[in-house]
Amino acid sequence: MSFDILGHLATGFGVALTPINVLHAFIGVLVGTLIGVLPGIGPVATIAMLLPTTYGLQPVSALIMLAGIYYGAQYGGSTTSILINMPGETSSAVTCLDGHKMALQGQAGAALAIAALGSFFAGCVSTVFVAAFSPPLSELALKFGPSEYCSLMILGLIGAVVLAHGSLLKAIGMIVLGLLLGIVGTDVNSGMARFAFGVPELTDGLGIVSVAMGLFGFAEIISNLETTEKREMVAAKVKGLWLTRKQLRQAAPAVARGTALGSVLGLLPGGGAMLASFASYAVEKKVAKDPSRFGKGAIEGVAGPESANNAGAQTSFIPLLTLGIPENAVMALMVGAMTIHNIQPGPQVMTSNPALFWGLIASMWIGNLMLVVLNLPLIGMWIKLLQVPYRLLYPAILLFCSIGVYTINNAHFDVSQTAVFGLLGIVFLKLECEPAPLLLGFVLGPMMEENLRRALLLSRGDPTVFVTRPISLGMLLAAVLLLLLIVVPNLRRKREEVFEEAET
Amino acid sequence: MPAIRNPKDFLAGLIFVAFGTAAIVLGSDYPLGTAARMGPGYFPRILGILLIVLGGALSLRSLRLAGPPLPGWKWRPVLVVLLSVVVFGLVLTRIGLVLSTLGLIFASSAASREFRPKEALISGILLAALAVGVFVIGLKLVIPIWPGSG
Repeated sequence: MSFDILGHLATGFGVALTPINVLHAFIGVLVGTLIGVLPGIGPVATIAMLLPTTYGLQPVSALIMLAGIYYGAQYGGSTTSILINMPGETSSAVTCLDGHKMALQGQAGAALAIAALGSFFAGCVSTVFVAAFSPPLSELALKFGPSEYCSLMILGLIGAVVLAHGSLLKAIGMIVLGLLLGIVGTDVNSGMARFAFGVPELTDGLGIVSVAMGLFGFAEIISNLETTEKREMVAAKVKGLWLTRKQLRQAAPAVARGTALGSVLGLLPGGGAMLASFASYAVEKKVAKDPSRFGKGAIEGVAGPESANNAGAQTSFIPLLTLGIPENAVMALMVGAMTIHNIQPGPQVMTSNPALFWGLIASMWIGNLMLVVLNLPLIGMWIKLLQVPYRLLYPAILLFCSIGVYTINNAHFDVSQTAVFGLLGIVFLKLECEPAPLLLGFVLGPMMEENLRRALLLSRGDPTVFVTRPISLGMLLAAVLLLLLIVVPNLRRKREEVFEEAET
Repeated sequence: MPAIRNPKDFLAGLIFVAFGTAAIVLGSDYPLGTAARMGPGYFPRILGILLIVLGGALSLRSLRLAGPPLPGWKWRPVLVVLLSVVVFGLVLTRIGLVLSTLGLIFASSAASREFRPKEALISGILLAALAVGVFVIGLKLVIPIWPGSG
């Protein structure tokens, strides 16, 4: 077993270490950090913006570059949180709490260093975790028939909304709306164009880049414009990037706990970076001898969540690579990227395309190493970038988004489509409807219809097939249980507490 | 008539009902088939019904449970940002990358309350040069640089 993993990882490093792939990992990490550092633009918008540039690449290089963009954007967001107290994304929101306080006390260098080192440690551990967990899971998944797949998707989608915060009813509504938007276009079985209204561009379906960029990128920019900018810049105070021995001793256990917690939470639907960092902050506050230090510049409050979010970001690839089920919005975009390269995400990827599978996993480690090597020396450059006012930044972001969307098909249709989703996105933002479940539903729509159709075809139209097959029944029961957990008021209060504790 | 206590939920529910109804009405021509042999209309019909039920429940619940009021809605950033992007897409091949970039940057900058025309113009010129460098020279995309050069 362990020998197997080493052999597989060796294959992976063989692929990931080819010059072309190292180059793409490097570009991904660099550009991802560059955009991630910009305040008010998160990893989903960053990946959506850069996705079109990977269309021309080999599939392995494209996925390696996108994964690099993801870690880069994540890490860039932490830098922004620490230095200007304005997180570009939810998963670094907790880093603001203590990271920015440390920066105000002249400890910005130490906060940035522990974020980088903690992330690197978490990245190393979770890479091994991904390599060890993926083969058995995909073997299990290969036994799944269409009814199991349907139930698994339902479980995944329900899990994703239960663990996210906000109104459950709204989140489920957003999923169903996403599923519906996902089936716009030509029906694979009958060849009939659905909801295309005679528009030829719509027969290919709505573009995932347009949906994601509109809902996440454009909506975010518009809403940022409504509030007056107020940044507390502490760039001048970044001096040394060294940690004292005492700080290291305080941070090390937090890094270890964060890594463990993040690795596990990353596996859950709806998990990944955000949940991991919130949970880690709550845990660190609980185990601390003096919890009152938190929120005033406790280094554990940076070390734990930063390690956790990186570990979670990485292990959230497991459900995607083994089951073909994306568990968060970033993974939904990865499904989009794989589909464009004609790779159907799922358990067969590991056997049919081992070079891609293990190459991607090995590149995670390489990407993490690059993050440390790249970011500590480049911090001066990121600080300069942070000083650019938002009024100059957002038109440039809009420009790159627009050119990116335009180049997908060299057509203005995609640009207008993105604008429509931008409008929808801002409406949803005002009504507190989270866009992430919609994006998950959007990529799962066609898959769910196909599996539902096959399951019912095999059972000759008998819907009880979902509850008579044990694995399928188990997954549906788990989904019901999750829903009950939320409906029961006591537990619901607990869930809100965790989120609020981390936020205040 | 009962009062709407949670306007955000009420509106969100209405939006879901509208999408669900649209799915059913617009999809009414698609053959339904049977459960064993699902036609192209089967799955959209299920989703449409689900959306109406969920949206209806959400709107009804908003009559009972109170929530925060609707936030303000500012048309200026919404319209300026989205329209400048749409126009950019429409004119890109006609007037070329340089002029459309200048237009997009200048127009979208006006969405901010801190709009400074001179600064936006300079930024537009620099970004146009950057865009030509990255997309046309670097990535070799087929986008005309000037009007009529495509």
